[in-house]
Amino acid sequence: MDITEYFNLVFTDYTLRTITLGTAILGAVTGMLGSFAVLRKQSLLGDAISHAALPGIAIAFLITGAKDSNVLLLGALVSGLLGTFWIRSIIKKTHLKSDTALGLILSLFFGFGMLLLTFIQKQPNANQAGLDKYLFGQAATLVESDVWLMAIVTGVCLFVLLLFWKEFKILLFDADYTKTLGFNTKFIDILITTFIVLAIVLGLQTVGVVLMSAMLLAPAAAARQWTNSLGLMVFLAAIFGAFSGVFGTAISSSQNNLSTGPVIVIVAGVFVLVSFIFSPSRGLLFKQIRFIKNRRDLELHKTLAFMFHIAETHDNISHPHTIKILNNFQGYTKGTLQKLVDKHYVTLKGKKWSLTEEGYKTASNLYNQQNDNDE
Amino acid sequence: MKKNIAVQVDDLTVAYNYKPVLWDIDLEIPEGVLMAIVGPNGAGKSTLIKSILGILKPIAGSVSIFGKSYEKQRHLVAYVPQKGSVDWDFPTTALDVVTMGTYGSLGWIKRPGQKEKKESLEALEKVGMLAFKNRQISQLSGGQQQRIFLARALVQNASIYFMDEPFQGVDATTEIAIINILKELRKAGKTVVVVHHDLQTVPEYFDWVTFLNVKKIATGPVKDIFNDDNLTKTYGINYKVSIQE
Ligand SMILES: Nc1ncnc2c1ncn2[C@@H]1O[C@H](COP(=O)(O)OP(=O)(O)OP(=O)(O)O)[C@@H](O)[C@H]1O
Ligand SMILES: [Mg+2]
Repeated sequence: MDITEYFNLVFTDYTLRTITLGTAILGAVTGMLGSFAVLRKQSLLGDAISHAALPGIAIAFLITGAKDSNVLLLGALVSGLLGTFWIRSIIKKTHLKSDTALGLILSLFFGFGMLLLTFIQKQPNANQAGLDKYLFGQAATLVESDVWLMAIVTGVCLFVLLLFWKEFKILLFDADYTKTLGFNTKFIDILITTFIVLAIVLGLQTVGVVLMSAMLLAPAAAARQWTNSLGLMVFLAAIFGAFSGVFGTAISSSQNNLSTGPVIVIVAGVFVLVSFIFSPSRGLLFKQIRFIKNRRDLELHKTLAFMFHIAETHDNISHPHTIKILNNFQGYTKGTLQKLVDKHYVTLKGKKWSLTEEGYKTASNLYNQQNDNDE
Repeated sequence: MKKNIAVQVDDLTVAYNYKPVLWDIDLEIPEGVLMAIVGPNGAGKSTLIKSILGILKPIAGSVSIFGKSYEKQRHLVAYVPQKGSVDWDFPTTALDVVTMGTYGSLGWIKRPGQKEKKESLEALEKVGMLAFKNRQISQLSGGQQQRIFLARALVQNASIYFMDEPFQGVDATTEIAIINILKELRKAGKTVVVVHHDLQTVPEYFDWVTFLNVKKIATGPVKDIFNDDNLTKTYGINYKVSIQE
């Protein structure tokens, strides 16, 4: 099946449509919430939460003996929340650096989860197979009810986000100040964190414990490159996340046997790469282009400024001067002179140049601008 | 005539780990003064302000604002944090940051409207930053960022202002602009408390001063207590700042 075939099938094939919708919604909600994790510089948070969820899955299975995904995810939610709030209290009570606390909980919970998984696999129970899909995810197991659950959580999350938008924004920017204004910062913080945990837990079945944090970080990191507005950033992150989901599913189902989770993450990674190179204001490419252009402009300006100085000594600004006097000036080349002529700042008559009215005005503005900037 | 007490701190002791960084501080700040808090790095100046504002929880002691508990009087107090305490690469504009000063009076959920926007623009104008209102905050210079923080506090329209090193890294022109705003606040009857490092300018800028180094060394009118004796007690080395008259 190739990609075009896939896009035809999406509208007719029930299973494919379910998976595509699921990964799109998942990408959107994790992208949205990921913006908050990225802006709080808590890149490890997603990793810690997803790894902390693993023992919950195993324990839920051990207790119920069933593989119903809702039950297992409930277990994941509980242990994810437990891990997250444990991290919070460690940071608060012990003054450990936050990445130390995150790393600690991450390895502790993950190690315990793996231990339980190994234990379960040794059990003489035909039912145990397939729990390891939560490690790397298996989008193919998504069913309609899973997608509904994702959609509902996303809807609630969006509602809360809009409702407390102002509080979220100010907490992200300046938590101490928020406190002095009388807001309960703990409540806002717990609200954000709980939604991040929810989104991650929802993604475990599709993307898995190991790669889940990339879903949280990649779309947000990419979105940050394109805008200086928080609202737009969150919106773009949701769009990038959703597209990663759709394209990832498309690619993996058109190439047989490519598992969906990793492909989605790779697509999200491509978004990041492209954004870091091509974003107009922050991208590497345009930064380089701007640098080269500025350097070229500078040569031009220097030459023009030099001419301005000479012209100033005469009453008539368009008094012609020989080109020779430019020769012992550093910024001058034939190329820059030609460019000044092209811009009608300077006219050439034989071996003599003179400043035009326009050139004189531009040059004197150049000075004024510089003075303005100095202030 | 005795002035009202704007801020009263009793027996305040604060510790981050085990060793207290502020030890049994008693402090009275009269209404309407422009007060400098001076002391060496690590003396606990920021900690004192943060404890008064309830950002940090003290081990012991209490704070009252105009005779009532801080929680009840919060709306009367504005705060300018140390500039380095936030990430200036945050995706927002100068105007947006200043508007945050109105969030407290708005309360939960309610969004800033035309009135808040107008107040924020006025505050921006007061600090001479109106032209930069739509500028992304990372593209402002250090001094400009400092002015944005000041504008954000001005918009709160408080009675008491706490400012943590508002002159840090600003040039002479900005420093004069800022001090003029502070003097205007005092003229309007507000109380302004400023953490300040430049001892030379204390007598010129402030009328009240507190010397702090873990303990409170002295507090009172600049003309009475700003002398070599207190400076030496606070900074530990022999200080000779002759006050010019
Ligand atoms: N978050 C923290 N955790 C642990 N110790 C801290 C913390 N913040 C400050 N301290 C310690 O508390 C003491 C007082 O710090 P504070 O920031 O109040 O000093 P300061 O007077 O504002 O100094 P500066 O002039 O450098 O701003 C210092 O010894 C500092 O090391
Ligand atoms: Mg300080």
